[in-house]
Amino acid sequence: MASTVLTPPHHYLNDGYGVKSWLLTRDHKRIALLYLASVTLFFFIGGAFAVLMRLELATPVGDLVTDDTYNKLFTMHGVMMVFFFLIPAIPAVLGNFLVPIMIGAKDLAFPKLNLASWYIYVVGGLFTLYALVAGGVDTGWTFYAPFSTVSSTTQVIPTAVGIFITGFSSILTGLNFIVTIHRMRAPGMTWFRMPLFLWSTYATSLINVLGTPVIAITVLLVGAERLFHFGFFDPRVGGDPVLFQHLFWFYSHPAVYIMVLPAMGVISELVAAGCRKPVFGYPFVAFASLAIAVLGFLVWGHHMFVAGESVYSALIFSILSFLVAIPSAVKVFNWTATMYRGSVSWQTPMLYAYGFIGLFTIGGLTGLFVAALGVDVHVTDTYFVVAHFHYIMVGGTIMGYLGGLHYWWPKISGRLYNESLAKLSAGVIFIGFNLTFFPQFVLGYLGMPRRYHAYPPEFQVLNVLSSAGASILGVGYLLPMVYLMWSLRYGRLASSNPWGAVGLEWTTTSPPPTENFAETPTVTWEAYDYQSSPAEGQVA
Amino acid sequence: MPPLFPEAASTIATRVDNLYGFLIGLTVFFSLLIAGLIVYYAVRYRRRSPSSIGATIHGGMLLEITWTVIPFMITMVIFVWGASVYFAMARPPDETLNIYVVGKQWMWKFQHLDGQREINELHVPVGRDVKLIATSEDVIHDLFVPAFRVKADVVPGRYVSLWFRATKPGRYHLFCAEYCGTKHSGMIGEVVVMDPAEYQTWLSGGPTEGSLASAGQKLFADLACNTCHRPDAQGRGPVLQGLFGKTVTLQSGEMVVVDEAYVRESILMPAAKITAGYQPVMPTFQGLVTEEQLLQLVEYVKSLQTQPEVETARPPASAPAAGEATPTGR
Repeated sequence: MASTVLTPPHHYLNDGYGVKSWLLTRDHKRIALLYLASVTLFFFIGGAFAVLMRLELATPVGDLVTDDTYNKLFTMHGVMMVFFFLIPAIPAVLGNFLVPIMIGAKDLAFPKLNLASWYIYVVGGLFTLYALVAGGVDTGWTFYAPFSTVSSTTQVIPTAVGIFITGFSSILTGLNFIVTIHRMRAPGMTWFRMPLFLWSTYATSLINVLGTPVIAITVLLVGAERLFHFGFFDPRVGGDPVLFQHLFWFYSHPAVYIMVLPAMGVISELVAAGCRKPVFGYPFVAFASLAIAVLGFLVWGHHMFVAGESVYSALIFSILSFLVAIPSAVKVFNWTATMYRGSVSWQTPMLYAYGFIGLFTIGGLTGLFVAALGVDVHVTDTYFVVAHFHYIMVGGTIMGYLGGLHYWWPKISGRLYNESLAKLSAGVIFIGFNLTFFPQFVLGYLGMPRRYHAYPPEFQVLNVLSSAGASILGVGYLLPMVYLMWSLRYGRLASSNPWGAVGLEWTTTSPPPTENFAETPTVTWEAYDYQSSPAEGQVA
Repeated sequence: MPPLFPEAASTIATRVDNLYGFLIGLTVFFSLLIAGLIVYYAVRYRRRSPSSIGATIHGGMLLEITWTVIPFMITMVIFVWGASVYFAMARPPDETLNIYVVGKQWMWKFQHLDGQREINELHVPVGRDVKLIATSEDVIHDLFVPAFRVKADVVPGRYVSLWFRATKPGRYHLFCAEYCGTKHSGMIGEVVVMDPAEYQTWLSGGPTEGSLASAGQKLFADLACNTCHRPDAQGRGPVLQGLFGKTVTLQSGEMVVVDEAYVRESILMPAAKITAGYQPVMPTFQGLVTEEQLLQLVEYVKSLQTQPEVETARPPASAPAAGEATPTGR
């Protein structure tokens, strides 16, 4: 069947080999790979901290590490994972690679700015790594004042500077995507012919551009307060510690959608390709992304139901939080309905999509528990919340990221990975994930607070289950690292369209040429049109 | 097999558990529905030949409306249900047994109105409405009693309150639930719920230093507050007798209720809210009085309600519940 040429003579990977050809590249695909390497590094650093925490929590007494070390572990785990992995992962790696290709463009609107974004990310990351080797930071990734401003004696300022700098990388990437999607679509690529991944990326970029400045201001205030004792958050001079929480969550709640919206976009692509049919209810899925982005800005106060906000604020934030659940539910129903009468694949990317939908459903439904005021009072600041947001961020975002990485890997690398190993690792991750985080729901309702170095002995059984799951999950994450690297050298060559999918990225070679397409495509078909898209029939 | 539910030992606990149970049912139903459909479709419509494609189905308006409206209605039910439980938590009954709490890195200090002080252990009677009024000396802490399903951040610079009515005698965990530094996980203790008779015995045993209000009265004199706040309206500051709980008019024309927070603020930042007709001449006591001394002063001001300028340490009228606990041993 495969009539397509395997590995063209000229493509973006062999367009120059020196260090300079990478570090000074303006090619969005190479920049995506620079990001891939750097976010992977941070993922494994953050993951190592998680492993140490789970080892400590295998016993009720604090015996493996000291209390201060434990506090630094969960802080650095959160900082690394949130700011240096989850937020950039899908947009900066998959988004960078795919946005121009999916709309039929040669590159992003501002290629130099794109490279600058990566350097900014790296500089921010270096500050944070410096904070780590200089002794670490123990404020929690939430930096609550006045602990962070008055009490902590650790490396708060270098960490804050790192987060401040990295924020600009998000802002600039978001800006680049917004302009690119508005201005650089190929002839005929109307908004409603765009793959849903682009709608999600667009919605995410809006949050990045509008929300990130607020976290920049917030960490700046923390730094300023530590250095100059202005007292913004100090009640002794008329400041208010709760003000910090408003500022922090004004960004950091939308940040949850920065993490999960791109994953939702990936899942839409995986489900369409995995079923070889259009995503059910395309406009509803597309507008659900925008609805989530907009409503996501209005729910920050649900992190503060017990923090001293008024009963009436709490009511407003509660009802808005329920509203933001609706578009998420709509997406889940539409993905499921897409499978109806599809040609449903059991290949690795689709396995990740199944995993995502299942775990995101549980993550989303447990979100209703924490949006319900009366229940939130009991479960907030406990392991219930830890479990809930890991179902969204790990079960959602990382499943989406890995699914996307497997799906587009042949396009990115020009090689096929070992399908059996990939299926195995998807299974290991799914089992390890659930064993790690499901017991934490129970622990939380039983009352075990978060961020506890030691805990009452009756919680041990559930903690041991969770730690056992974490060791399985760790293996699950190492496997793709190994076989994907292996495939770079030894994998079979990929055709331009190994999945028999539609979408512009499958019409160009694997790997694509530097300019993406030999000539700018003209789009005359709808998204996911398996009847008449040009890629049809190019099954490897 | 570890327990799946914590002990329910307060009146509100059952209400929280009922909503929790409903939410679990809902989660199980929808998770099984989605997982079931995925598995069924994945098998039923599995790809049978490498080149087969799926049916061209773009969507259906009726389905979209259905799965938007039904979840919306379900979430609104949960919203109202959750809010009603929250209202019950947020609004204490009129008559409560008040106990003051001061959190600091890393211990909980409790002060009973009659003068008993405890650290990391709190004795309360079963079947009585208890209100904890809490503040922090340093960073944000959080008072959490899982068996009662109540929790409140203890924020420096504020008085926060939470209330409960214990239903079962026993010893229950008390946790700090807001990360507060090195020994956060050591900032734990126990709530000891006792039969009323036992509680009386406990109250009367042990040394106390007199009631909070009497300690406050002594402090009031030591700090020379009484030179300006005189009961005869001849002083430079407002008369405090009978003031607590009243609404006063400020210079700005604004009205404020004299509550614990207002008294506290007026001691620490006297210029912030000046009562109409007075000059901003009072110096700040920021840094001169501890949170615990502030509580004593607040209690003293409260006690001036019914027996102006009498120094007996009768419990204050605003907390009649405490009056039943016959104070002895002072």
